[in-house]
Amino acid sequence: MRWIWIDKFTEFRSRVSATAVKNVSLAEEHLHDLYPDFPIMPHSLIIEGMAQTAGILVGEASNFGEKVILAKIGRATFHRLSRAGDTLEFHAKIDQFSEQGASASGTVTCGGQLVAEIELMFSHIDQNLAGLEFPEHNFVFTEQFTELLKTYRTGRSVAL
Amino acid sequence: MAMSRDEIYQKVQGVLVDALGVDEEEVVPTATLRGDLGAESIDFLDIAFRLEKAFGIKIPRGEMFPEDVFTNPAFVVAGRITSEGMAELKKRMPHMDFTQLDTDPDINKMQFTVDTVVNYIENKLKA
Repeated sequence: MRWIWIDKFTEFRSRVSATAVKNVSLAEEHLHDLYPDFPIMPHSLIIEGMAQTAGILVGEASNFGEKVILAKIGRATFHRLSRAGDTLEFHAKIDQFSEQGASASGTVTCGGQLVAEIELMFSHIDQNLAGLEFPEHNFVFTEQFTELLKTYRTGRSVAL
Repeated sequence: MAMSRDEIYQKVQGVLVDALGVDEEEVVPTATLRGDLGAESIDFLDIAFRLEKAFGIKIPRGEMFPEDVFTNPAFVVAGRITSEGMAELKKRMPHMDFTQLDTDPDINKMQFTVDTVVNYIENKLKA
């Protein structure tokens, strides 16, 4: 099974920016694995949440025709810990986009407070890594990922 | 007013410090991006993005670092750049110093230095 570190999108502006939320719960095993008796969400998984938010934004920009992988964490600065009960908001924006890849940056907030600032680079792997061949199907954007976006769009089109 | 070479150098230095996480003192004109500053393949895209932003320019794929030449079997044979390959590189990279490669066209000895990047930007801003 593949881990998904965002629960849903709350904003999605194609090729520009996206916001996704993640509810942190004591029911998740990883909270208990880092420090005994001090459950927090590991920073590495917060970066992964931002990478998934920004990665889907970058993937959608080419209509999921490219295999987009996280290639570099340019910067990750953390300002506070994330604990059970927190609702993390991942705010990602595309800074630059080319046929080879994209750079993205964003903030993670919780209740309006800054949790982290993160800069990421994504590679369109079929355009790089010359000489290496990858499977033809897009193994990056599985149904689990594209479903997140579908749910957001469906939710917006249904009148409440 | 046109930027001086020194002003270009200062900005390039800032870009490389941010992209590669190195100290400013390490970014000297003769420092090689891969060997001395530890750049990996994805860093070259990062550097190109940051230079575009810093100088307000567009860097087309393969213009600063023509990586397609190195994977072309007509231009590189058994790790050595062919005469055709050298001609192609010289045509496409007026910003590169080929003195060492002219005597020994070993592909592994082809190193982009900080000066190569500064030369590229200087030519680009003049164009």
